[in-house]
Amino acid sequence: MALLSEAFVYLCAAVIAVPIANRLGLGSVLGYLIAGVVIGPVIGIVGSEAADVQHFAEFGVVMMLFLVGLELRPAMLWKMRQQLIGLGGLQVVGTALAFAGAGLAFGLQWQNALALGMILSLSSTAIVLQTLNEKGWLKTQGGQSSFSVLLTQDIAVIPMLVVLPLLALGGHGGGAAAEDHGQSAGHGGEALAALPGWAQALIILAVIAAIILTGRHLLRPVFRFIAEARLREIFTATALLLVIGIALVMDFVGLSPALGTFLAGVVLSDSDYRHELESDIEPFKGLLLGLFFLTVGAGIDFGLLFGAPLTILGLALGLIAVKFVVLFLLGALFRLQGPDLWLFALGLAQAGEFAFVLFGFASGSGVLEPALIQTMTLVVAVSMLLTPALFIFYEKIVAPRAFAKTDREPDVIDRRGRVVVAGMGRFGQIVSRLLLTSGYDVIILDHDPQTIENLRRIGIQTFYGDATRPDLLHGAGLDDADLFIAALDDRDKQTKLVEHVARTYPKVRILARARDRHHVYELENAGAHFAEREVFEGALALSRQALIELGFHPFRARTKTREFRHHDIAMLDDLRGNFNDGGVDTSYIDAMRAHSETLFEIMQVDRGGDRTEGMERGWTPPPKGDQTL
Amino acid sequence: MPKVIVFFAHPRPHRSEINLPLFETARSIEGVTAVDLYADYPDFSIDIDREQDRLRAHEVIVFQHPLYWYSAPALMKEWLDLVLEHGFAYGHEGKALHGKIFLNAVTTGAKQDAYSQTGMNHAELRSLLGPFEKTADLCGMRYLAPFALFGAGRALEESRLESHRLGYEKLLKALVSGRLDLQKAAAAPVLSGELESFLLTGEAV
Repeated sequence: MALLSEAFVYLCAAVIAVPIANRLGLGSVLGYLIAGVVIGPVIGIVGSEAADVQHFAEFGVVMMLFLVGLELRPAMLWKMRQQLIGLGGLQVVGTALAFAGAGLAFGLQWQNALALGMILSLSSTAIVLQTLNEKGWLKTQGGQSSFSVLLTQDIAVIPMLVVLPLLALGGHGGGAAAEDHGQSAGHGGEALAALPGWAQALIILAVIAAIILTGRHLLRPVFRFIAEARLREIFTATALLLVIGIALVMDFVGLSPALGTFLAGVVLSDSDYRHELESDIEPFKGLLLGLFFLTVGAGIDFGLLFGAPLTILGLALGLIAVKFVVLFLLGALFRLQGPDLWLFALGLAQAGEFAFVLFGFASGSGVLEPALIQTMTLVVAVSMLLTPALFIFYEKIVAPRAFAKTDREPDVIDRRGRVVVAGMGRFGQIVSRLLLTSGYDVIILDHDPQTIENLRRIGIQTFYGDATRPDLLHGAGLDDADLFIAALDDRDKQTKLVEHVARTYPKVRILARARDRHHVYELENAGAHFAEREVFEGALALSRQALIELGFHPFRARTKTREFRHHDIAMLDDLRGNFNDGGVDTSYIDAMRAHSETLFEIMQVDRGGDRTEGMERGWTPPPKGDQTL
Repeated sequence: MPKVIVFFAHPRPHRSEINLPLFETARSIEGVTAVDLYADYPDFSIDIDREQDRLRAHEVIVFQHPLYWYSAPALMKEWLDLVLEHGFAYGHEGKALHGKIFLNAVTTGAKQDAYSQTGMNHAELRSLLGPFEKTADLCGMRYLAPFALFGAGRALEESRLESHRLGYEKLLKALVSGRLDLQKAAAAPVLSGELESFLLTGEAV
């Protein structure tokens, strides 16, 4: 039962802490760490067995590298080679050297310093990618560059695993590395220890070659055979068997199991079974890795943190500062600009989860002193904890400055047009293009330099400036314009803008983009002459296509959609009187419910065989019984 | 190359008792291109180039539709207005349709006796379809008498659909193989009932 109760504690901690950490933008890795801290140092539920569990959990790292390998399709790597080798390579080498220098200054041996430098040069893939994805920054230049660097770092772990044992100081042999790191597996390295050096090297090369050849030629038919058996769990078992088998072989010859599985992953990355392997191994990896981070958390020495909190915090800030500087310089060298450069440099400035992995490995091979590892584990964890703050700094301070309040003055508008369009986002662009190509002079305003630049490239002149500023509107010649089109994305700004224009320029007609039905009323109350819900027509077009896919005749789908549209607009008109500024009351809800019922009836008419004559309009033949015909 | 093209116009095919089965029949005949206009252009945004290419590629043009107010459903009129351009269908250079054959295949709500000098409409069906005949004339096409099913509202109940459908099949096949007596069909008031009398005997031309 001990095993079950342990599992219960670990799972319980993870299930509580990880979702909360995720919600707070800390990422799941920190969630596991914190869970570990809580069950370990804080309430002390787990203790001595944590080290054993950690050994077991390290297998998650092996699986992770298998998955990393699977992700690395050679073709994709080749396409990204410039970014990977240039930007990524320089980041890893540059940061490693910077930290190594710092380590030397602190009086470490050069081997220790270099090992530490390499470990700290890595950033947190888990936190950074999750944040970039969530915020939608992954597609920006800064995001893409960050992705390249993270990918390089993932790959760089492999050579690090090879190099680290070589940096071990006297007393610990390189051979011991794999042995201690090795899981429950036999003490393999020794099997070869008796052989001369050249024979060892030869055997190692042969094993690597065997993995590559097996992966290329033997595994595919095996996987096909098993996949054809359609036994899902046996496929999973095979995948696990593969990973464990390779780990054992590597361990036997004294190499890192992670290296072997990584290789196998790369070899299988362009096979047909890539996705299946991925989804089979992924949960095991996730849980084991989570367990691993839990044990790291449980192993944190709180005495150390409370003994010298300022030292730890100072080291963490120093680490972030050094990484930031290196990243900033490299980013600038690779022509990142403005907010992209800041996103890139701030986002990757923490140390990552790989550090814990490599610390574990380094401690096993005796490269780093346990005391140093204890301290640095804390430093790394703190730097990760600070990461959300860095992103918040970027989002709240850097980005708004760069995008909205740059030093750039509003453009001087030297043209006049009958139409002024404010906002050149997805909505404004369509409106403007239609009017421009219809031959009208349109004065377009937008406050995003990037948009303006993109439009300039396709020959559309857009003036820079905040359309909610009265002087800019005046400069745009609104006094003489006939039509003002408000197409801002921000709901409240849009309403305020309409209000201002309606008050200041009573002669101009105002057409406004509305977010939803309520916004239509708000805009109308603010003085818009016409407001259109931005997604309404698009959603109708898609519904119409859906009806066609479901077997409707295209013309019937069109008729149905038009009926719906007609009714919805009628409802919009009807409910206008029930809408009180800022909210709805029961009369609004009642009216809406009544409309929904009518709509349901209308849409049900003309369905299949149940003729509801009388309700039906449009192309209806005379009743069969009419004898006058 | 398919020889006959059937343009079908019905805004409510899902409720059609007669026209849809007829159109399905047309669709199944080799050598007949069957076009559902309301399916191709539910928004009335007709692709003029495509339609003109279709016309060029066929010898016989059939307009199949229910009779709506002595004419065709709206999309068919829109089609005529847009596709039969000057310089294509008429005018000094507009000879693309010269020599082609044109006919209406219609269903009417009223019974056959309504379509006579003494009946409710005081006119023959063919004369009521005058705008189509005049259009065909102006475009240099040979107009054949309309192929019609009268009293279509009760045709199903009176078991007249099947014989009419077979007649339609015969007509289209005869048009494909060139076995329709064009002279006779052009002179007749209406094509219906005994279609046999309009077929040429002997070898196909």
